[in-house]
Amino acid sequence: MKQEKDPAFVKFTGIEKRYGKVVAVKKMDLEIPEGSLVTLLGPSGCGKTTLLRMLAGLEEPTHGDIFIKGKRINDTPIHKRNLGIIFQNYALFPHKTIFDNVAFGLKYRSASKAIMKEKVEKALETVRLPGVGNRMPSQLSGGQQQRIALARAIVIEPDVLLMDEPLSALDENLREDMRREIDNLQQALGVTTIFVTHDQREALSMSDKVVVMKDGFVQQEGDPEEVYNNSVNHFVADFLGHSNFLNAVVNEQQGDCLSVTLEDNSTCLAIPAGTFNKGDKVEMVIRAQKFNLGYRADHVPEQGENVFFGKIVDRSYMGGEVSYFIELENKLVLHAINFVKRSPYRRGDEVCMKVMHEHCRLLKI
Amino acid sequence: MKKFISGWSLIKIFTFLVYVWMFTPIIAVVILSFNPQQFGSFPMEGFSFKWYVKLSHNSTILDAFKNSLVLGSCTAVLATAFGVPAAMAFIRYEFRGKEFLNTLLIAPIMIPEVVLGVALLLFIRWLQQPKSFALLLIGHVVLTLPYVLLIVQARLVGIKKEYEEAALSLGANPFQTFREITFPLLAPAILAGMLFAFTISFDDVTATLFWATAQNQTVPVKIFGMLRNSISPEINALGAVMIVLTVSTPLLAGYISRKFAKGTGK
Repeated sequence: MKQEKDPAFVKFTGIEKRYGKVVAVKKMDLEIPEGSLVTLLGPSGCGKTTLLRMLAGLEEPTHGDIFIKGKRINDTPIHKRNLGIIFQNYALFPHKTIFDNVAFGLKYRSASKAIMKEKVEKALETVRLPGVGNRMPSQLSGGQQQRIALARAIVIEPDVLLMDEPLSALDENLREDMRREIDNLQQALGVTTIFVTHDQREALSMSDKVVVMKDGFVQQEGDPEEVYNNSVNHFVADFLGHSNFLNAVVNEQQGDCLSVTLEDNSTCLAIPAGTFNKGDKVEMVIRAQKFNLGYRADHVPEQGENVFFGKIVDRSYMGGEVSYFIELENKLVLHAINFVKRSPYRRGDEVCMKVMHEHCRLLKI
Repeated sequence: MKKFISGWSLIKIFTFLVYVWMFTPIIAVVILSFNPQQFGSFPMEGFSFKWYVKLSHNSTILDAFKNSLVLGSCTAVLATAFGVPAAMAFIRYEFRGKEFLNTLLIAPIMIPEVVLGVALLLFIRWLQQPKSFALLLIGHVVLTLPYVLLIVQARLVGIKKEYEEAALSLGANPFQTFREITFPLLAPAILAGMLFAFTISFDDVTATLFWATAQNQTVPVKIFGMLRNSISPEINALGAVMIVLTVSTPLLAGYISRKFAKGTGK
C-alpha cells in the first residue's frame, strides 16, 4: 500500500527575518508537499534565499517556526537537520578528491567503508559521472562540478533538497541540460526539493508548485500554469513572461466577461480576476503571445475577440518568433510576440492585433 | 639608426642603482666575513672560515642565539594561537566593537617601536614587576600578532563560506568542519603567519633593547652591543648567519604555502 504523502512536509508558520531595520521575510506561511519540487521565484532581494537559508539553518528566523515532517526544527543545528544543499558556486571542497567530496556526508552517518564506496559509486552513476572519484574538483568543468555537488547532496538521502540558484553559474546551453537533469533526478528519487531562482523559465518548466515572492511576501503560489495564466496581480503578471497592461474602467457584466472602457474610449470584453463594480478602475492584462497579428487591410471582425489597430514601430527577430512593438492611435505601445508564418511584418506596417476575450484579464489596481 | 635612451631605460637604470645601493653593504658583510684579516679591507687577502669557527666558540653569542631561537619559536606559536581564532572571529562573525578591536590588534604595526618599547616597560614598572623573559615574550607577541592576523584574515576572506556551510549541511559539526575544511584550506596562511612572526621576532632590535635583560639578550641586541665596544670581524660572520636565516625563513614559508596551495583552487 502506498503511503499517503504529507501535504505539509515542510511548513513555515509566521516566519520572519529582520536584519536590523530591514525586513527580508515578512510573516510568511508556506507549506511544501512531500516529494514535490517547489520553486521560490522572485527578483533579487525578495527574500527567497533568506527563506531557504532559514530552512537550512544558516540563518535564524526572527519570528515564526519551521517544521519538517511535523517536527519543529528551529533549534536543531544545521548539521543535525539532514538536508542536502546545492550552492550556486558548487562549493566542492577544493582540497578533497571527488570521492572524498561525495563521501563526506556519509562519514558522519557511521557508514562502513564498503557501504560508503558502494553509495558514492552509485551516486556518481546517478549523476552520470562514474569513474571521476580520483580527480580533484578543479579538474572538472562547471557543469560536472555541479553534478558532483548534486551527488554529494543526494548520497546522504536528505529529507529535503535545497537548491540556491544552482544553474545561474552555468552557460546558457548547459543550463537547459542541467535543468532537465535535476528535474528527472528529482522525479526519480522523489525527494522533496526547494529550488530558489530568479529565472522564470526554470521555475515554470520544472516546478510542481511555484511560489512568487517580492519584498519578503508571497505574491502568489500555485502550479506553473495557474500562476502564469491566472496571475493575481500586476507584479506576478509582469514578472512572468511579457505582459501588456492597459488602464480601464468597468462598465457592466456580459456573460462571463465584463465590458470595460479603455483610455481611448474604446470598449473591450475581458475576464475579471475577482469581483468588480461598475466604475471601478482596473488594469487589463494581455500576454504578448496571445495577440494574433494581421494586416489592417485584411481585417474581418469576428465574435469573441478584442481588436487593436496600430503601426509597428519596432521589432526584433528571435529565430522562431518575432517580437513586435506596436503603437496604437493613442500613442500607447503594445508588445506582441508571434510565430513567423510567411514573412515577418516590417516596421511601419499598419496592423490589427486580435486577442480572444478569455486572454484579457482584469486585475485590481 | 640612432637609439635614444628612453624614459623606461632611465627608470630601469635608476632602479638597478637603488638595488645596488641597498644590497652592497649586505653583500660586503657576507664577503668580509670570509676575510682572514682583523681589519677588513678590499682586496681581500685569502679566504677563511676562522671567524665562523671563533663565533661557534663564543659562549655569549651562542647563548644569545639560543635565546633568539627560543623567543622566536615561542612568539610564533603564541601569535598564531591568538591570531588564528581572532582572524576567524573578525571574518566569520558579527559582533559589537569588531572594527575597534581589529584596529586595536593591528595598531602595533602603526606605532613606532620605540614608543611601544617604552610603553610596555613603563607598564611593567607600574605593575612593579621585574623585566623577565615573559615580558619579552609578551612584547614580541604584541609586535607580531598583526602580521599573523593580516595574513590569516586575507586567506580566510578567500575561503568561501559555502565550503563550511556545505560541510555543516552534510552533518559535520562545527569542530569537524574546522578540522576537515577550514583548517586544511587555511594551513598555508597559518604557516606563513607563523614563520613571519618568527622572523620578525628573531630580527627585532629596537623594542627588544628596552625589554631584554642581561640574561635573555637576543642576537640582534648582542650585535648592537658588540658594535659599541669593538669592531670584530666576528660580527660580519654573525651578520651573515642572521641574513641567511632571516631571508631563508620567509622564502621557505612562501615555497611551502605555494606547494600546499596547489590543487586547492582559489
